[in-house]
Amino acid sequence: MPIVDYKAPVSVDEAITMLADCNTDVKVLAGGTDLIIQARPASSNPLTVIDVKYIDSMMTASVDSDGLTLGPAMSCAEFTARDDIKAIYPGLVEAAYLIGSTQVQGRASVGGNLSNASPAADTIPPLIANGARCVVAGPDGERDVAVEDFVVGVGNNCMLAGELLKKIHLPLPQARTSDAYLRFIPRTEMDIAVAGAGVSITLNSDGLCTAARVAIGAVAVTALLVPAAAEALIGTKLEDSALQAAASAASAASKPISDRRGTADYRRHVVGVLVKRAASIAAQRAQEK
Amino acid sequence: MAKVHVNTTVNGDAVEFLCNPGETLLDILRNDLQLTGTKEGCGSGDCGACSITVDDRLVCSCLVLAVEAEGKKIGTIEGVADKDQLNVIQQKFLEHAALQCGICTPGLIVSVQALLKENPNPTEEQARYYLAGNLCRCTGYDKIIRAVMDAAETMRGAA
Repeated sequence: MPIVDYKAPVSVDEAITMLADCNTDVKVLAGGTDLIIQARPASSNPLTVIDVKYIDSMMTASVDSDGLTLGPAMSCAEFTARDDIKAIYPGLVEAAYLIGSTQVQGRASVGGNLSNASPAADTIPPLIANGARCVVAGPDGERDVAVEDFVVGVGNNCMLAGELLKKIHLPLPQARTSDAYLRFIPRTEMDIAVAGAGVSITLNSDGLCTAARVAIGAVAVTALLVPAAAEALIGTKLEDSALQAAASAASAASKPISDRRGTADYRRHVVGVLVKRAASIAAQRAQEK
Repeated sequence: MAKVHVNTTVNGDAVEFLCNPGETLLDILRNDLQLTGTKEGCGSGDCGACSITVDDRLVCSCLVLAVEAEGKKIGTIEGVADKDQLNVIQQKFLEHAALQCGICTPGLIVSVQALLKENPNPTEEQARYYLAGNLCRCTGYDKIIRAVMDAAETMRGAA
């Protein structure tokens, strides 16, 4: 097996030292649901894994007046059971609930889903819709990266050798704000998104949309923030014409491929429909706040 | 490559073993600890045949490194029955003929036990979603779901 060494640091600083001191390829291990499979081919390079699950701050989440501070390695099972988080970011929690099976959710994490950087990762569109930011720590200190800039390609994120995703932070939404995430899969469970959409909507007391963020997934190399779709919603009461304009903007921004999950034309259409429906759900939730 | 010494608890018993850093917990359970009730299906977390619990959390043992078991509480199919006395879930699988070839059965029973611990009164839909990661190529799932619902009802009655 190509995993030749296993280390379990108990602090972020210790993890960063271990990442720097490694004389083989090195990867951070959270839930391992992607990494353990990727590391399996006998032809791959010898790999050291740094298990970050003994670092408290990587495994916990807190909600306060600043928003949500999420330990990137917390399991989706634990994350989705947190009613305090679900009350504020229901769309993100729903997305985490869609990753794999019950068994996979017992190990997989939001930070892992983000770092693995699949174009179809379910948590990335709702993270972007919520304005989430990543704190990346390395030997030269910390930097702060917006989620839409964190993923740079298929399976690639912006972290340099020796860096670690230390936390994910979501700002506390304004009053009457909520989110939603929808994906399309041909089955009812256990599948990978053909297209996905995460939307955050803020309404004023008259039901007018005053702020919005729209992000789409599985229809480009990375999940995309679509400002034009948000602009189509802001200043409207989310009438059919506004939703249709947002859908068209999302379809226009998408750059899908054709593969066995769907053709490019199909994905372009479906992502618009998902934006429309996710915006309606987010608005309904915002209304009820 | 230096072997790692791991201390853990399996079905309530203290256990220690030596493993390579890349070995999966599934391989150690089956090949070193002779706990062959846990099956290997896909080896990639899609089929659920290797389902076990780690600190009461349902996981696929093919996607857990054996070294990660250090200090943890592992639960496998071998810990479900009380010696010769089958657990209610096992008994209901028999009564409803909820198995044919049997490869998925240990993983399913471990998963059903986790389901009913979390939610003693699931709807059929909730049970089907919870168990979506346990694939069965023989039964078509209907008999499994009937066994699960019957087991849930019996366990609620006994509680």
